[in-house]
Amino acid sequence: MSPTIFLANADVRKVAILARLSMDEAGIEAARSQLSGIFTLIEEMQAVDTRGIAPMSHAQDVSQRLRADTVTETNQRELFQSIAPKYQGSPQIEAGLYLVPQVIE
Amino acid sequence: MFNSSLQQLGSALRAGQISSVELTQLYLDRIAALNPALNAYITTDAGTSLAQARAADTMLANGTAQALTGIPIAQKDIFCAKGWRTTCGSKMLENFVSPYDAHVIGQFNNAGAVNLGKTNMDEFAMGSSNETSYFGTVKNPWDQSRVPGGSSGGAAAAVAARLCAAATGTDTGGSIRQPAALCGISGLKPTYGVVSRYGMIAFASSLDQAGPMARSAEDLAMLLNAMAGFDERDSTSLQRDKEDYARDLSKPLDGLRIGLPKEFFAEGLGNDVAQTVEAAIAEYKKLGASVVEISLPNSKLSVPVYYVLAPAEASSNLSRFDGVRYGYRAPEYTDLADMYEKSRAQGFGAEVKRRIMIGTYVLSHGYYDAYYLQAQKIRRLIAQDFTEAFKQCDVIMGPTAPSTAFKLGEKGDDPVQMYLSDIYTIAVNLAGLPGMSIPCGFGANDMPVGLQIIGNYFDEARMLNAAHQYQLATDWHSRAPQGL
Amino acid sequence: MTWEIVIGLEVHTQLSTSSKIFSGAATAYGAEPNTQADAVSIALPGVLPVLNKGAVERAIKFGLAIGAHIAPRSVFARKNYFYPDLPKGYQISQFDLPVVGQGALTIQVEPLSGSGKPYEKTVRITRAHLEEDAGKSIHGDFHGMTGIDLNRAGTPLLEIVSEPDMCSAAEAVAYAKALHSLVRWIGICDGNMQEGSFRCDVNVSVRRPGAPLGTRREIKNLNSFKFMQQAIDFEVQWQIDTLENGGKIQQATILFNPDTGETRAMRSKEDAHDYRYFPDPDLLPLDITPAILEQVRATLPELPQVRRERYIGDYALTAYDANNLTASREMADFFDSCLNEIGTPNAKLCSNWLTGEVTAQLNRDGLDITQCPVTPQQLSGMLARIVDNTISNSGAKEVFRTLWAEGGKADAIIEAKGLKQVSDSGAIEALVDEIIAANADKVAEYRSGKDKLFGFFVGLAMKASKGKANPAQLNEILLQKLAG
Repeated sequence: MSPTIFLANADVRKVAILARLSMDEAGIEAARSQLSGIFTLIEEMQAVDTRGIAPMSHAQDVSQRLRADTVTETNQRELFQSIAPKYQGSPQIEAGLYLVPQVIE
Repeated sequence: MFNSSLQQLGSALRAGQISSVELTQLYLDRIAALNPALNAYITTDAGTSLAQARAADTMLANGTAQALTGIPIAQKDIFCAKGWRTTCGSKMLENFVSPYDAHVIGQFNNAGAVNLGKTNMDEFAMGSSNETSYFGTVKNPWDQSRVPGGSSGGAAAAVAARLCAAATGTDTGGSIRQPAALCGISGLKPTYGVVSRYGMIAFASSLDQAGPMARSAEDLAMLLNAMAGFDERDSTSLQRDKEDYARDLSKPLDGLRIGLPKEFFAEGLGNDVAQTVEAAIAEYKKLGASVVEISLPNSKLSVPVYYVLAPAEASSNLSRFDGVRYGYRAPEYTDLADMYEKSRAQGFGAEVKRRIMIGTYVLSHGYYDAYYLQAQKIRRLIAQDFTEAFKQCDVIMGPTAPSTAFKLGEKGDDPVQMYLSDIYTIAVNLAGLPGMSIPCGFGANDMPVGLQIIGNYFDEARMLNAAHQYQLATDWHSRAPQGL
Repeated sequence: MTWEIVIGLEVHTQLSTSSKIFSGAATAYGAEPNTQADAVSIALPGVLPVLNKGAVERAIKFGLAIGAHIAPRSVFARKNYFYPDLPKGYQISQFDLPVVGQGALTIQVEPLSGSGKPYEKTVRITRAHLEEDAGKSIHGDFHGMTGIDLNRAGTPLLEIVSEPDMCSAAEAVAYAKALHSLVRWIGICDGNMQEGSFRCDVNVSVRRPGAPLGTRREIKNLNSFKFMQQAIDFEVQWQIDTLENGGKIQQATILFNPDTGETRAMRSKEDAHDYRYFPDPDLLPLDITPAILEQVRATLPELPQVRRERYIGDYALTAYDANNLTASREMADFFDSCLNEIGTPNAKLCSNWLTGEVTAQLNRDGLDITQCPVTPQQLSGMLARIVDNTISNSGAKEVFRTLWAEGGKADAIIEAKGLKQVSDSGAIEALVDEIIAANADKVAEYRSGKDKLFGFFVGLAMKASKGKANPAQLNEILLQKLAG
């Protein structure tokens, strides 16, 4: 399948939702136009015959190293939670928990 | 003092000719005077820097000093440094004070170096001009109407303007080499895996690599000795014997085979840059090197491949910035989804959002094979080109960037034009090879031109040797911008 | 017309490592919120994952236990989605290259509804892969907010995926129980279901015989076998009712409410998911060499299936007894320890005691076999006295009660309580002679055909011996003497 390089606003909207970036209609239109230009550049790749070529994920062909199963970390909650974001002036921490707007399952 | 090499500074410190506190204060004063115009630093903290300098002076006094002890180094604001605000050039991390040290920071701390401050950069290292920084653009010290390059533009400008003895940078697609070229300094991106990425805020994990930025190859070798080495906290850190990157500096260049990729001297390269680089190659011949034309046929695809792979990784790496545990949280929101969307939309700048969108798109259902997988396959072809080329030569040379520093705002609204300014540097990251840029003269408007030297895997010592011999024979690297 | 039920399971087993899968934070259950959430668990900018060897070894162990292919190279991928208990915005998991390939598990199914005999079935396991657990969302009273505890984030999981081979709740439960037993047997998971160490997702669909597979709904996060059975029963009936009423089944993720016994669809939209899997650039391929495989194989205990067959084949135990003895490795080991003491010819006696009296007493006291107050040595000491006719069965029960409550040795208890039975045939004969002489009328009745009176004589004789006469011997002598 050869993807189209022309993006629709609907594509951009879907991507913005997946990426959790709020965007108004003007923003979506602007993004669509810029992304279409970038995808025209990216499209040059499609001319290359890559049959039989293994994808390259890493710069070196090395195996994953394994760490010993030992506990090395100590409790640093106080330090870590000292940098928690604030909402209307108060840190969003209670009883050692990070607070977020209610999660509905 | 501001033009002394790291070797000379170290000797002066150890001989007691100057204390680290005095030296650090000299730099802090210079930063206070010049940074308002150049904007090379995002954060300085005189109290912390001077405390480190005092500790260094103790080491110097009791004989436990190492090569870099007491020397003020500027750290790119991508490295987490405990107790330092670490912004990565973003509003998202405007108030983020790191609770831990990056490996690179730890290495400099262990060496007794002084952290002089955190340098400006493109937001999350995404940019080639430093114009995407939330903390304002950095001015090129050679011409303040021009960009310093990016993303390590603050570091390059700081080194060029003598606002530090040396600096660190990171390079994902050219972010050390391109600003080094545009600011007339030396910069080295090591082989992927030589310097630990632990604590370096990730842009594109399979391409990111930290490296030194300085005024000479000799200084780079000394810095790399401190930065390189195995770190068990980074799975991609390579387990290799410790090496002295300065060991080959003084070797003569007789017999050095230089490969010139024909694709790097083709359409798109500025005439002024071409002529300057050719003159540098001529100098190398005088030094005993021979030249062979090589071909990197797939390198022309490195920009499209990079703009699939790097945004894909970035889109995922930047998902942790959600306003829950640290970083920016929108002042108003209605529910969880709204909090995520607003925090991220307000906390990230335009270029970062653009790349997150590209990355999200190329990984999404139905497009993965055509974009991401295809890019990974071409990445292998690009790497194989280099393997072939290194059968014919010891190092590859060419321009670092197609032009000298452009005007601020010149490419601002055309991302594609901006992306193409990395055309000669990106392939090196895709292959994971070491690359460097050294000053080799001046082009149009008297702006510096960089010579790129690409080595085979782990050939940093040989590249530094080639750069140092050139710097012994020429003085481009010791030129400083006037009128600061 | 009948319906066929099709069930497949995805089971998340928490691996019993001390530290997390990608960092050195502790995994202990029940710690104060976020006290085991280290820099990696909270996904600070710049931190990186390094794989835990203990997690890999446990995954391999499982693969070997189900006769699966262990991938010589497997890959970790990122599964991207936003959720507050997922701090990186992606879960590190394995996608197209899991560490454990296809295997199988043989299960013993006992139909739940009473009808039908127990039977054996082999369930195919599609794959098992390593991944990290998420944190916990706590919906307590936080002013309408949700609290996030990241202690669990990064706990290693092995997700075990079956083929849709089960066709009743009974089979699904039997499979889950067998898997639960196996992971504890090989020591890779503590199996604590209340603490979430073993969580089941059940895919259920129904179809007419011979028809293609129906649309499935996935019941998430079942943490008890009882709930699993209830949830499946309810869901199957719901799907059948829906279809018979002309409705259609929509693919959905559903939750089981143990209070109402009902299932309901989750509110989050399934169709909004696009996980954008791609290989994690921070982690290199996991290569499992033959040497590692052999190392792990050497630590693998005899598997329950093998031991079960050994008990049936070598000791002539029934399948039922063998199943009970191999329900846990601790029980089977207890049994083997006993046999070591008193010899395999007494396997049946030993099995009867373990599955009978010992199990009953454990259940009464709410203990498991590892907490049994009577050691295999103590139990064997008592069984040996049954074997050599020192004590009768009723005497043995009294010895056992004493061992349970007070400890000690069987021989000492028999001595102290005078439980030794009379096996001296002369003494028994004398006793029988006395009874025959004193009850001439009854003897006559017996001899004239009233066989039922035999029990009367046994009772008298036992009473006369104060319960100590060897029952078998007594019977034999009585029969002989009464026959005249």
